[in-house]
Amino acid sequence: MSEPLLSVSNLRVDFVTNAGRARVLDHVNLSLKTGEIVGLVGESGSGKTTLARAILGILPANAARIESGEIWFEGRDLLKSPAEIVARDVRGRRITFVPQDPFTSFNPVFSIGSQIMEIMRWKSPDARPNRRNWWQRYPRERRRADLARVLELLRIVQLPDPEAILAKYPHEVSGGQRQRLMIAMALATEARLIIADEPTTALDVTIQAQILKLLRRLTSERGVSVLFATHDLGAAHEICDRVVVMYAGQEVESAPASVFFRAPAHPYTESLLASLPSRERGIRGIPGEIPVLVDPPAGCRFHPRCGRASDACRRIRPEVSAPVPGHEVRCYHPLVRRPTEVHS
Amino acid sequence: MTGKAMAAPLLEVEGLRKYFPVRDVWGRRTGWLKALDDVSLAVREGEILGVVGESGCGKSTLGKVIMGIHAPTAGSIRFEGEDITDRRRAGKSGLRSRLQYSYQDPGASLDPRWKIGASLNEPLAIHTRLDRSERQARIGEIIRAVGLPETHLDLYPHEISGGQQRRVGLARILTLKPKLVILDEPTSGLDVSVQATVLNLFLDLKHQFGLTYVFISHDLAVVRMLCDRVAVMYLGRIVESGPIEQIFSSPRHPYTQSLLAAIPEIGGRKVTDDFWLEGEPPDPTSLPSGCRFRTRCPRAIERCAQEDPGLIDRGGGHADACLRAGES
Repeated sequence: MSEPLLSVSNLRVDFVTNAGRARVLDHVNLSLKTGEIVGLVGESGSGKTTLARAILGILPANAARIESGEIWFEGRDLLKSPAEIVARDVRGRRITFVPQDPFTSFNPVFSIGSQIMEIMRWKSPDARPNRRNWWQRYPRERRRADLARVLELLRIVQLPDPEAILAKYPHEVSGGQRQRLMIAMALATEARLIIADEPTTALDVTIQAQILKLLRRLTSERGVSVLFATHDLGAAHEICDRVVVMYAGQEVESAPASVFFRAPAHPYTESLLASLPSRERGIRGIPGEIPVLVDPPAGCRFHPRCGRASDACRRIRPEVSAPVPGHEVRCYHPLVRRPTEVHS
Repeated sequence: MTGKAMAAPLLEVEGLRKYFPVRDVWGRRTGWLKALDDVSLAVREGEILGVVGESGCGKSTLGKVIMGIHAPTAGSIRFEGEDITDRRRAGKSGLRSRLQYSYQDPGASLDPRWKIGASLNEPLAIHTRLDRSERQARIGEIIRAVGLPETHLDLYPHEISGGQQRRVGLARILTLKPKLVILDEPTSGLDVSVQATVLNLFLDLKHQFGLTYVFISHDLAVVRMLCDRVAVMYLGRIVESGPIEQIFSSPRHPYTQSLLAAIPEIGGRKVTDDFWLEGEPPDPTSLPSGCRFRTRCPRAIERCAQEDPGLIDRGGGHADACLRAGES
């Protein structure tokens, strides 16, 4: 079996708050193969954005503390590598980011073209930036090659009249077009992994469908992997190969998308899917609220809201088990029948 | 008179238009943004009418014009048989206590320096002649109805969670026992599990207080769950309206069809496999001639560019505004 493109193991991130230390990520594991689209699903406060930011290395330095863990990407541990090397060679080049809000991600006072070319100046596959040549001008031949590459990508993401768009300012294009631009920018540096944090939440459903379709086609054509953080289970169902569910800073379930939506194993996942509006089932919420991470419940973090909680759930955090190969769940009482009882 | 008022719909909107002027940097008017362009609808007592559409289609403007936050450019609004188009006259009849509007997050409209009890007391003190003890009794009843303990009345908004603030905001709207509540995007931005709780609360309150809702939303799955009838808006116009089951099972307008096709169906077919709608809505300040959907419509013919189709009821209360809908 080939080595995963990205593998996060035992990552623990705390946030320092006035109320104390919030354990926002609690020993999280995640791995992602080349060409795979993995959905990172969870409600607000589950830690999916923190995980995405930890991989990118853009956690807020004043509050976040990485306590332990490893993030391996293309043969190096991003947490142990020198920060400037990661900033130069990995972030924005090998791993790129598509943000939730395409409205605030552009600088309003520069044209779109100048902002894209500014990125290409430092991050294009041909660029060789180092400490000594930071002041150098953008060589004309390279700029021309980069511009051709950008225009080609704008055509691929189906933006009408790419040259005219580059001359425009961010407020002159619509939200859907801005998100297309973001995807084009994420692909322009020939990234291997795109981290997309709620990329379609700010968009209307018909535009969302167009963008998801585009994202799925482009990534499969180019063999790019995507980590797709979302709270929208419908969007995850659309494009993901595998789904990882987060709850209160822990990953609770990981399964191939085809299995996940038909047969969820974790009680939380099951109730999350059941709370989607449906005429047949009526409306069913999950009782209780997401726990406060400064003082999380002992044992399984879902136990106060779980109908299947037993004594063990209240005391000891369950380990990850795989009742079915490839379908991992962190629960003592998963909803699937285990082929063989696993004792730990 | 009373008999006629009973049979008439609770809220009736006729030919409503709201044009916003578009001005250049010198303040000269260069055009009109037609946020509402000849919208007519009726809301019957006790039903939930969904108004759906994408951003910029005018659904929020519709709610605000009905509420009197914006004055309409043309058209009429009748509520309980009474013409309320001109608010200077209508304001005197105690309209505010019968027609209420709920913003996206009703909790955000609480004053942070007022205790919950004071916030709930204010509308009663202004609009009713109840004395202090009667007001207390009413407040207690409402706060229990939204599922909060009465001890919360002595807390400040920051001392309770966001979800509870939302409930207090709803309680505040309900203290005056309105007939009609306009809910503007009440579930957007909520997680699904919280959304389910909020929707259940809406239904409970509706039964308990005999409310009628106008439910403005972009989320078709929620609308299908909750509403009795639905009106689909596109660029300031209702393009299709009718009973919820009919719209969802046999939509006739191509825009409605594409909206429905865009809803992800978990465990079912994938939308992204065969989604056909291309492009984005045109600029609302310069609408295309004829049918305003024709620039994106796969079925558009020459006639669509010349004629502007009106909303035609083709039986059973299911109306659409498409020239080709009658064809098979």
